[in-house]
Amino acid sequence: MSDLPEDLPRAHHDMGGVSKFMCEAVDTSRHALNDFDRTVDALRGLLGAKSVMSVDELRRGIEAIPEAEYHRLSYYQRWIRSITDNLLARGVLSEAELRAALEDV
Amino acid sequence: MSLLQTDSQKLLDGVLALLSQKGIVTPDEITARIASTDAASPAQGARMVARAWLDPEFRALMLRDGTQAAEDSGIPMRGLPPLGVLEDTETVHHLVVCTLCSCYPRAVLGYPPFWFKSAAYRARAVRDPRGLIGEWGTTLPAAVHLRVVDSTADYRWMVLPRRPAGTEGWSAEELAAIVREGDMIGVTIPTIP
Amino acid sequence: MFAAGQRVRVKFDWPETRGACHIRTPHYLRGREGVVERHLGRFANPEDLAFARPAAQRDLYHVRFEPPAVWTEETPGDVIVVELFEHWLEEVA
Repeated sequence: MSDLPEDLPRAHHDMGGVSKFMCEAVDTSRHALNDFDRTVDALRGLLGAKSVMSVDELRRGIEAIPEAEYHRLSYYQRWIRSITDNLLARGVLSEAELRAALEDV
Repeated sequence: MSLLQTDSQKLLDGVLALLSQKGIVTPDEITARIASTDAASPAQGARMVARAWLDPEFRALMLRDGTQAAEDSGIPMRGLPPLGVLEDTETVHHLVVCTLCSCYPRAVLGYPPFWFKSAAYRARAVRDPRGLIGEWGTTLPAAVHLRVVDSTADYRWMVLPRRPAGTEGWSAEELAAIVREGDMIGVTIPTIP
Repeated sequence: MFAAGQRVRVKFDWPETRGACHIRTPHYLRGREGVVERHLGRFANPEDLAFARPAAQRDLYHVRFEPPAVWTEETPGDVIVVELFEHWLEEVA
């Protein structure tokens, strides 16, 4: 199977060589990180360092985001969505307390 | 799950509030972590590259054990993914990508650039690498083969680019000053500005 | 264990079709033949780490591939080198 049929059951994040991106220009300009980005990044790092959530779980959570959402969300928006998904799945946070916290922010 | 579709900033604020209440992650820890992450930047990698250009033993160490070379350069690597260093030669040029996500040698080079994480970069790097680096104005002679390294697992990769001609007698600082972020990913080649 | 220089084939397997999974073998390599360049060490299987399951240590290899023939953008002589876990690789005679 050395050729690449278009109907391979490729996960949407698995982007190497995917035809629809081949004509997309790359934005080579510098994009500064904002406070949101840095905070999400730091949160993930701390959760990893404290063995609460691994980078592998982060990736899995990002990959689970539906394709249209995945492309619509910014890089760190995907991260916070995955982090939340994982913390809920692992029982670190409950849905009820998160809903209550969201009302307060 | 509709909770996950909440506005991202609100989600972050809510999660941080809960984690702080539970003593899992505190605001002070977040602040300290941001500060230490900001300390890593391409300048760290540039210093390693300059040292490798001047010191054959350090070059050999970088290629044999990148993690140790980073430690020797004052970069704490304990508990972090191993660093792999890819040597460019007269006939080989390397280009690093993570087609599956955005794996990047953050401890050495700092945050990955925006473009490294983009769908266009991740898709094109393995299939049209020469067209891709052309976006940065980079062309390779026909005699130079390109090795695209897709970071799929535990290693984090950086390129040890070739030292440009005309830099004979330069100090480590002068050499480090011409090594850019893109040179250590492979989208550009060090030149004398 | 695979030796440097050994020809291997990436399994033409698609766990994506069998339910939730986390796979670090890119789709464009499945079923393709390559050459082992070197052994990179042993690391915990990310396919299990991603679900917070106990994860066995697996051998990791750097494997070199020529690009798929249908990728006509490619230049002859250019290659792709990828980290792959042992359980995704089969020996080729």
